[in-house]
Amino acid sequence: MSYQAKFRVWRGDAGEGELVDYTVEVNEGEVVLDVIHRLQATQAPDLAVRWNCKAGKCGSCSAEINGMPRLMCMTRMSTFAEDEVVTVTPIRTFPVIRDLVTDVSFNYEKARQIPAFDPGDAKPGELRMMQEDVQRSQEFRKCIECFLCNNVCHVIRDHEENKPAFAGPRFLMRIAELEMHPADRSDRRNIAQEDHGLGFCNITKCCTEVCPEHIKITDNALIPLKERVVGRRYDPLVWLGAKLGIVKKSEDTPSA
Amino acid sequence: MTEIERHSYDVVVIGAGGSGLRAAIEARLQGKKTAVISKSLFGKAHTVMAEGGAAAAMGNVNPNDNWQVHFRDTMRGGKFLNNWRMAELHAKEAPDRIWELEHWGALFDRTKDGKISQRNFGGHEYPRLAHVGDRTGLELIRTVQQKVVALQQEDHREFGDYEARLKVWAETTVTRLLVKDGRIAGAFGYVRETGKFVVFEAPAVVLATGGIGKAYKVTSNSWEYTGDGHALALLAGATLLNMEFVQFHPTGMVWPPSVKGILVTESVRGDRGILLNSEGKRFMFDYIPEVFKDKYATTPEEADRWYDDPDNNRRPPELLPRDEVARAINAEVKAGRGSPHGGVYLTVVGRMPGGAEEIKRRLPSMYHQFKELADVDITTEPMEVGPTCHYVMGGVEVDPDTAAAVVPGLFAAGEVAGGMHGSNRLGGNSLSDLLVFGRRAGLGAAQYVDSLGEDRPAPDPEDIERARAEAMAPFERMGGESPYAVHAELQQTMNDLVGIIRREEELVRALEALDKLRARVANVSVEGGQGYNPGWHLALDLRNMLLVSECIAKAALERTESRGGHTRDDYPEMSPEWRKINLVCRLAGDPDDPRVEIRRQEMEPMREDLLALFDVDELKKYLTPEELPAAVAAGDGEGASQKETAGTETEESGK
Ligand SMILES: Cc1cc2nc3c(=O)[nH]c(=O)nc-3n(C[C@H](O)[C@H](O)[C@H](O)COP(=O)(O)OP(=O)(O)OC[C@H]3O[C@@H](n4cnc5c(N)ncnc54)[C@H](O)[C@@H]3O)c2cc1C
Ligand code: SF4
Ligand code: SF4
Ligand code: FES
Repeated sequence: MSYQAKFRVWRGDAGEGELVDYTVEVNEGEVVLDVIHRLQATQAPDLAVRWNCKAGKCGSCSAEINGMPRLMCMTRMSTFAEDEVVTVTPIRTFPVIRDLVTDVSFNYEKARQIPAFDPGDAKPGELRMMQEDVQRSQEFRKCIECFLCNNVCHVIRDHEENKPAFAGPRFLMRIAELEMHPADRSDRRNIAQEDHGLGFCNITKCCTEVCPEHIKITDNALIPLKERVVGRRYDPLVWLGAKLGIVKKSEDTPSA
Repeated sequence: MTEIERHSYDVVVIGAGGSGLRAAIEARLQGKKTAVISKSLFGKAHTVMAEGGAAAAMGNVNPNDNWQVHFRDTMRGGKFLNNWRMAELHAKEAPDRIWELEHWGALFDRTKDGKISQRNFGGHEYPRLAHVGDRTGLELIRTVQQKVVALQQEDHREFGDYEARLKVWAETTVTRLLVKDGRIAGAFGYVRETGKFVVFEAPAVVLATGGIGKAYKVTSNSWEYTGDGHALALLAGATLLNMEFVQFHPTGMVWPPSVKGILVTESVRGDRGILLNSEGKRFMFDYIPEVFKDKYATTPEEADRWYDDPDNNRRPPELLPRDEVARAINAEVKAGRGSPHGGVYLTVVGRMPGGAEEIKRRLPSMYHQFKELADVDITTEPMEVGPTCHYVMGGVEVDPDTAAAVVPGLFAAGEVAGGMHGSNRLGGNSLSDLLVFGRRAGLGAAQYVDSLGEDRPAPDPEDIERARAEAMAPFERMGGESPYAVHAELQQTMNDLVGIIRREEELVRALEALDKLRARVANVSVEGGQGYNPGWHLALDLRNMLLVSECIAKAALERTESRGGHTRDDYPEMSPEWRKINLVCRLAGDPDDPRVEIRRQEMEPMREDLLALFDVDELKKYLTPEELPAAVAAGDGEGASQKETAGTETEESGK
């Protein structure tokens, strides 16, 4: 049942580091995070790794495993051959703090710039929304903020210079979520394009492919958002029809 | 000596789960300069794992529901050991807290008429849990997280600084509360990323640190749950109560070993899932306890009718309170009727009218979890499940209305606070508890700060130095044991000797073992530097886990009865005399090597109008004759017969 696996784990901080080889026991049913924990307990007590739930719910344990952006707690060892070397490196788009832990503050800064949910004059307890109307935004709210989509998107993965002007799929999706929220009254379409870089996205769908929550980021959030932005620019009525009386017409909400 | 950063706030909240964020929002809304400190990243606290829902008697699905019914269910679930005032506030305020979340952008699942939908859960008389599929905790935490951001955006507009009045200290761990002349003066901690020390000067501290599950080997809890808040409170001179009551959730995964303990949500049972033993028998019918006999179905036929016609049928016994179901599973496994990996079967196969598709829609994360982690397709195969350490009912003793602990300036809310859930928490009552008492703690802290005026205690430099030295000690000891090894042994001890079924001789052994572990905890050493060093972090958490373990074991030994989350093999009965008693822990002895001391404290009798909500015959099962309502005691049963003619529980609450 158990066997000795070969692991290569990136160790180091800020600027410097290297891949370190380990041989470590693996038992039936284990995931990569279990093996990293065994390394901590037996060979590398100070190996830095971020995790929390170990059940794919908190989005803390993102890393690149054999080059694939994944959650360590949801990557089963049985997906590798026993003689295969498993290489674990920190996610690439964000600066390394130590070992497998990266500085993801970029994401929290972007989150802050997107104007919050705006219920208008509705009072708590008064809202009535139908299941079919909340379902679209609910899909996006499944997001566990693992930031793997932002990590993989080529717009910022190899282009540090784009970071200030691009919120990444995670936060463009947040704009889409608020746009499709049946009770929201703001209009963030203009800032999606102007401030948060929706135009950079050329719908390669790499973000959708890595999303551990299987959210159809590109098809269900980004493309519809692009259509709405176009709609607003050339034919406000098309878009207004859907939300008439709810949206503060022709009033762009500025970034926060 | 490295320099220590200092920051001043009005209110410091330790913990960024549901209760901590709700407390921080409230303190900030009251105009207080507030900090929230969290061991993990913002938005990833343990609350994110909650699945089933948040209980609130909104009456959206069954209009008969109201706060009185919810109050009754909560008291019953807790076997009447709950702080009744907390249970009352909770039942009354939970609906407003849920509507408030919706007003902040939360998107709960809906009823046909567009209201927030509510689902059935163990121990709740009516469908009561607001939910979003099986990821309700994520929705809750994301919503309060986004509300924090919304407030920061307001401050940015006003002051040009997002953090002017509300700052989140992510990945920062508090290791000591600072107390000056018996009052809170601040908190001491380190930033995990750099290992640098920080002093937070603040006259009010809200503990919202969650639970203690990591003291056990098999648990649904994450690494954050090392009982920090419980220990910080003790070390600051505050008291803990009900520590013997630990909830073992009946359904944790049992296979493969690496996922043992991970939760299988109770919604599986709320949504028609049933428990079977290895003989294929639906065994829960054999385990309906006396106190619940008239409320649960006695045949599978009646139980199955209940899902569609709850008014004319009694509920399935799979939905008994958690302690009952956990004990039943334990007994089946002991009797040799368990599944291959030492659990029992839980199945939804063929149980939903919409077949496999409906299973996937109703239980998406369970489908996903079993598929990915265990290669089990729950639409065609049963799950194997067994009890897992899930929640601690015990916690910091607080004033129900303000959440104030006995140390002035200290407040506690959420899982770290005690009293609300009595001896056993009902599913769904935690998420609503976080919101109700998180808000009250934030309010209580703000009012306390106002009451101080200019008279704010300043931290003592000597205490700061002591806290620094304590935190650095594991680096200075050479050749000590690895913290990982000591932790593993602590977990094994608690699992084996202070687990779901307890007996005197084992508890005595546990206390001896903990005594020996104390010496070993004091001697662990760590390698490497201060920057993001998990070995060091664990070494510091051990002190806390050891303290709470000692509280649990001592209180468990003291309480010679069985009730809720405390089952004594040698004292299987529930005793009305014990019901009146809270066991209260505090530290005593040498401040450098303090010991847990236990005291018995009488509970305050329940208010008459709340007592009147119960049928007298039910009260008789729990209370001593002297405690029964005056009319009954005096009139010798006359009141009781009057009540009886008022009809059954369901009819009565239907009015
Ligand atoms: C798998 C699972 C499912 C559940 N499902 C439900 C459900 O459906 N319904 C329900 O009502 N309840 C449920 N519960 C219970 C409920 O989720 C928890 O009781 C609740 O979330 C606790 O919230 P909290 O705010 O008290 O603390 P948490 O959300 O646990 O947050 C604790 C915070 O304190 C911080 N912290 C701890 N120690 C320190 C320290 N020393 N310094 C700084 N910060 C610190 C942590 O980093 C974290 O931010 C579930 C629990 C589990 C494990
Ligand atoms: S679809 Fe757009 S956002 Fe997603 S990875 Fe491609 S370019 Fe980036
Ligand atoms: S959208 Fe998916 S990949 Fe992106 S942060 Fe959310 S969960 Fe992760
Ligand atoms: S540890 Fe939470 S997603 Fe992996």
